[in-house]
Amino acid sequence: MANIERQTLAVLVDNEAGVLSRVTRLFSGKGYNIESLAVGTTDDPQVSRITIEIKANEDQTRLIASQLRKLICVHSVKVLVPDHAIRRELVLIKVMANTAESRNEVIQIANIFRSSIIDVSVASLTLAVIGDESKAEAIQNLLKEFGILELVRTGMVALERGQFTIDEQTKVKGEYDYGKNVL
Amino acid sequence: MQLTGAKILMECLVEQGVDTIFGYPGGTILNVYDELYNYENNGMMKHILTAHEQGACHAADGYARSTGKVGVCFATSGPGCTNLVTGIATAYMDSAPIVCITCNVGTALLGKDSFQEVDITGVTMPITKCNYLVRDVKDLADTVREAFAIARSGRPGPVLIDIPKNVTAEKAEYESLARSVHGTAGRLGALMSRASEDFKAPEPDHNDIEKLVEMIAESKKPMIICGGGVVRSRAHQELNELVNRIDAPAAVTLMGAGGLQGRDRHVTGMIGMHGSQASNMAVDACDLLIAIGCRFSDRVALKPSTFARNAKIVQIDIDRSEINKNVQTDHHIIGDAKRVLELLLERVRPAKHEDWMKYVFSFKTETEYDEASDHLTPQQVLTAIAKILPQDTIVATDVGQHQMWAIQHFHFDYPGQLLTSGGFGTMGFGLGAAIGAQISHPDKCVLHVTGDGCFRMNCHELATEQYYNLPIINVVFNNGVLGMVRQWQTLIYDKHYAATNLDRSPDFVKLAEAYGLSGARVTNVEELEKALKEALSCGHGYVIDCVIDMDEKVRPMVGGGSHITDFMLNS
Repeated sequence: MANIERQTLAVLVDNEAGVLSRVTRLFSGKGYNIESLAVGTTDDPQVSRITIEIKANEDQTRLIASQLRKLICVHSVKVLVPDHAIRRELVLIKVMANTAESRNEVIQIANIFRSSIIDVSVASLTLAVIGDESKAEAIQNLLKEFGILELVRTGMVALERGQFTIDEQTKVKGEYDYGKNVL
Repeated sequence: MQLTGAKILMECLVEQGVDTIFGYPGGTILNVYDELYNYENNGMMKHILTAHEQGACHAADGYARSTGKVGVCFATSGPGCTNLVTGIATAYMDSAPIVCITCNVGTALLGKDSFQEVDITGVTMPITKCNYLVRDVKDLADTVREAFAIARSGRPGPVLIDIPKNVTAEKAEYESLARSVHGTAGRLGALMSRASEDFKAPEPDHNDIEKLVEMIAESKKPMIICGGGVVRSRAHQELNELVNRIDAPAAVTLMGAGGLQGRDRHVTGMIGMHGSQASNMAVDACDLLIAIGCRFSDRVALKPSTFARNAKIVQIDIDRSEINKNVQTDHHIIGDAKRVLELLLERVRPAKHEDWMKYVFSFKTETEYDEASDHLTPQQVLTAIAKILPQDTIVATDVGQHQMWAIQHFHFDYPGQLLTSGGFGTMGFGLGAAIGAQISHPDKCVLHVTGDGCFRMNCHELATEQYYNLPIINVVFNNGVLGMVRQWQTLIYDKHYAATNLDRSPDFVKLAEAYGLSGARVTNVEELEKALKEALSCGHGYVIDCVIDMDEKVRPMVGGGSHITDFMLNS
């Protein structure tokens, strides 16, 4: 059995009520914890794109992708290979900074990570960091000593590198369509 | 034309060619039933009122399985629709096309814990191919069209439409649309337009077919498994021809019964946990296994890692997600079983495998039983049934020992002849399914084989059998215990018979009489044959209570998770 790894699935779905629960219940029904989930509309307002990350091996991921493709509300599914995909998430971190000294230090750290300061108050600074999980973890570790008041992530979004898209017409895609519906 | 939602729904059902609805009314679905009243009076629609919504759902399922058409059932909100849930799951596991129409509380009351409110689309999400909550009457016609198309196409399955009460009363523009153009209009049209080329003109890949043709030509010990997909696609004639042309032994799964001529000399009987010796030995020895419409469930491929260990496995299925799900395969073809077989038959050359056939049929295809027993045995019951009832009798079963005995013993010859809950194993499925089959086949003999435990679960449908004058013959294998569970307790649980004693009321003959039917309790073959003849000629429903021994077992048996030839009980 192949190794359990973090797997990224990109899913195009109808932008309708109930679709997200149809998609996520497939994961919970098989006992997978969703590590990360991000949803939003695409350039076509009737279509949403979901990026889901789970911990699973390759066979398990292939099986769940094929079951996702069976859902009528799902247009297409692609398992993104880490080497051929770009993955990013936005993390907002509210840090305690109630002295001039600590504020300066936090701002310096923010600059090194090319993150922006999006809110300042007398006692705190809020940073926005974009990156993959290693970048978020690194800045988190550095800011820990100042006191992290709150932290929130958007969830990972991902796209394949190069000109390839999720909509490619392949024999396998045709096979899935056949199983879904022969009208 | 401006019509109410209820009328649009009825018109859409007429568009689909629906003439029978199984159901049970209630508060929220009253507008629909008010419209149904007119359609019934015009003779355009027949409504069968069951005793319980579960029975309605099983009846729609039995109707669908025996005719190949979509079965339809109605239920009201809350408990009405949750009573459908077991029926829907049963249809889902066995890929039976049904459309359930439920009504919910009005949109203004949704989400407020109103009287008889439940989120039925949420509840049935994991057990339907798709489901809908129609909030706007303008979407209703398109939704119904899409629901029927989805239920019957691809791998068939149940679809549920939930309609809030106010939507059934509101009006919208409705225009009748022929079924042939549904795929080009509205939501279905949009669904079709985003699909790839293969989706629109589906055809199995010709290179895949060619590869299988070569594999068959090279094989010295080919074997075929006929699964439920053959039955659903009505590919029995094509499969019979293939089996005979390549001279290969062929096993059937529980769901595949009827997909092959039961008496063909190539048929080895059922495969799997209670499969015949010949089937299980053959699958272990073959060098090419062609599985058609079979998902290698844990009752067939008991131990996936050693299943067909000497063979190249080829899976033919309409559902891509079944490939490599349970058993790793060497080749696959995606397509409708009938179309794939047609293409195969165009190219496959005849072959003879005399030695291989001789080897396979040196093992038993049927279980041998003690015929000289002094008390009534299950086999005597089944032999008497086969002798007296017509050969094309439709058989509906419940779940457990009687189910296995019946399927091992009878030879099914056409798809839809056997109605059984294979995947979900629903006790209480049989009577509802038999009602659906008898309604759709008024001229055929319909037999309902059941056990005392199963019968007790849904025997209230005897009222439906009586009211609609359905001459279904119910044969109860009454051993006073929950037989299959007891068999496991005997073999695996040190004879700790926990909660499997069913030696209790009612008296099934008196029960039949209470429901206005006839019945007889039989303890030997003569009484049984007499009762069967009476049941066949009396023209109404009949219950035969067959008293059998509690320690009768289903043989052979392979334990769950064991290698397929490691028989725990021999034939």
